[in-house]
Amino acid sequence: MSDPVLSVRDLVVEIPTRNAVLRPVDHVSYDIEPGEILGVVGESGAGKSMTGNAVIGLLDRPAAIAGGEIRLKGQRIDNLPYEDMRRLRGKEIGMVFQDPLTSLNPLLQIGDQLTETMLAHLEITETEARTRAIAALDEVGIPAAASRIDSYPHEFSGGMRQRVVIALALCAEPSLIIADEPTTALDVSVQAQIIALLKRLCRERRTAVMLVTHDMGVIAEAADRVAVMYAGRLAELGPVRDVVQSPRHPYTEGLMGSTPLASRGQHRLRQIPGSMPRLGSLPDGCAFHPRCPKAQDRCRANPTPSLDADQGRAACWFPVEQLEDAQ
Amino acid sequence: MLAYIIRRVAQSILVLLVVGLVAFSMFRFVGDPIDNMLGQERTQADIDRLRTELGLDQPFPVQYFKFLGGAAQGNFGVSYRQGRPVSTIIAERAPATLELAAVSGFLAISIGIALGVFTAIRRDGWVSNVIMTVSLLGVSLPTFLIGILLIYLFSVELDLLPSFGRGEVVDLGWWTTGLLTSSGLKALILPSITLGLYQMTLIMRLVRSEMLEVLRQDYIRFARARGLKERTVNFRHALKNTLVPVITVTGLQLGAIIAFAIITETVFQWPGVGLLFINAIQFVDIPVMAAYLMLISVMFVGINLIVDLLYFWVDPRLRADRGGAH
Repeated sequence: MSDPVLSVRDLVVEIPTRNAVLRPVDHVSYDIEPGEILGVVGESGAGKSMTGNAVIGLLDRPAAIAGGEIRLKGQRIDNLPYEDMRRLRGKEIGMVFQDPLTSLNPLLQIGDQLTETMLAHLEITETEARTRAIAALDEVGIPAAASRIDSYPHEFSGGMRQRVVIALALCAEPSLIIADEPTTALDVSVQAQIIALLKRLCRERRTAVMLVTHDMGVIAEAADRVAVMYAGRLAELGPVRDVVQSPRHPYTEGLMGSTPLASRGQHRLRQIPGSMPRLGSLPDGCAFHPRCPKAQDRCRANPTPSLDADQGRAACWFPVEQLEDAQ
Repeated sequence: MLAYIIRRVAQSILVLLVVGLVAFSMFRFVGDPIDNMLGQERTQADIDRLRTELGLDQPFPVQYFKFLGGAAQGNFGVSYRQGRPVSTIIAERAPATLELAAVSGFLAISIGIALGVFTAIRRDGWVSNVIMTVSLLGVSLPTFLIGILLIYLFSVELDLLPSFGRGEVVDLGWWTTGLLTSSGLKALILPSITLGLYQMTLIMRLVRSEMLEVLRQDYIRFARARGLKERTVNFRHALKNTLVPVITVTGLQLGAIIAFAIITETVFQWPGVGLLFINAIQFVDIPVMAAYLMLISVMFVGINLIVDLLYFWVDPRLRADRGGAH
């Protein structure tokens, strides 16, 4: 097995507030191999995006990494000075944001945005950059790329703009892409195209992908492995087929039960009762216990051990043993 | 684009006509010029003769259209006080005001934008906080007070700069300039600071708040995520987007600089059109007042037109005729 592209160990992100220190990311560990797509799912506020921002070094103050390690191809990057980290961004780690309508600078032609990114990272001339920009647009499926390169973002549709964003994220050939809800703002029909595009490009280039989303459908479609996050911690981590078909953590089970699947043929979707606790008022013990149907005294008293990247699938005292019949 | 310009020019002409009408009708309440022009020893016959001579006995609409007809040909009549054509007087005085306004405007825009960008990027630094606090003074102090304070400090106490006048000027035939002599440049310093300070602080605060807003946008985050240099992010991506709304206000402020030069010119006895206008009001010199107001409104309208065209240049989304596919 080759070295993982990204290796996160016991990552802790903290936000100091007046009353308390919040931990939106709490001892999270995972690896991503070359060419692998790791899906990160969870509810809003579970710490998914915060993990991605921590990896690329773009946490908004006052949030900051408070512990753990992030390694990119073996090199530690969580403690790099700003300027060194800046050189890695775009070059080694690309990022795709949620809303393609707002991710592109409205006043600059997309060709300029592509060439400036390449010129910032690669030793090439402006002419070469332009040629490669056209090739990049062509690769993400922009029709007549050579004539569209001088267009402004507003001259493209949402789906086309997200293709441009992906071209921008990939144009310096990074080894890791962090895609933060890349399809959430798009039409359903376009979502599938974008996911297929992302999948194809990453397979071809052996780019590792961290795919952050709250959409289990996207995960099932695209990811090789899944990390389920709840209240800043990893609840479950494993191959996508195992996690989707036989979830071990009661939270994952609830999440699967509340996802509409045509094959299941149920009339009503199940819900997980209650809502995720706020970071300022996490319960003692396992953070999920107030909503967990299987909670026992041990869950209320003792926090679950955090998941290691390579062993154990669910951070739960009483993991689900086998696939339960979905009613 | 051309159709747009033609439409805007037509609108501008309409605005000028209305301004002319309003200004002209107001002059009827300023006073009777005849009182000032004839001495104490006047007879009713003198008054009637002069009134007929000046055309003041004619009904208001007739006077107005006569004025418009003349103005369209660049003829604003003869000054009641100086007995010379108004267009000549204004041409003599305009360079002083325009030079003052240009220097003030340049200072206001360049320093205002620079400080605005600085205080936005270094949002939490103590230098920014000092600049922001001081800028409150610039916004809140009235122009004449700033002028008087500057005169007191630099002319009376330190005796470094002249307190009034334009200094030595060089006559280029069609233009007199104070920019070529050291005394002219020295004389320009205090009035241009006085005139431009309010606009400078205003532009600075506007640029700062707009830039802070832009720096929060997704495309700035994305530019950072692409590993662009901080300088590129701030100036290529953020500043350009900041300038779109700033252009409007700045354009209007430039018009205001020319218009409000009256106060600064009075404080510094600057021989420009503003001072000319103040003197004209005291003497009820209607042709001069009318010409001045028309001149100011032409400038306002012209600057607004330029501002609208600048939008097209800065913001590609407005260039509808580029014909993008949607």
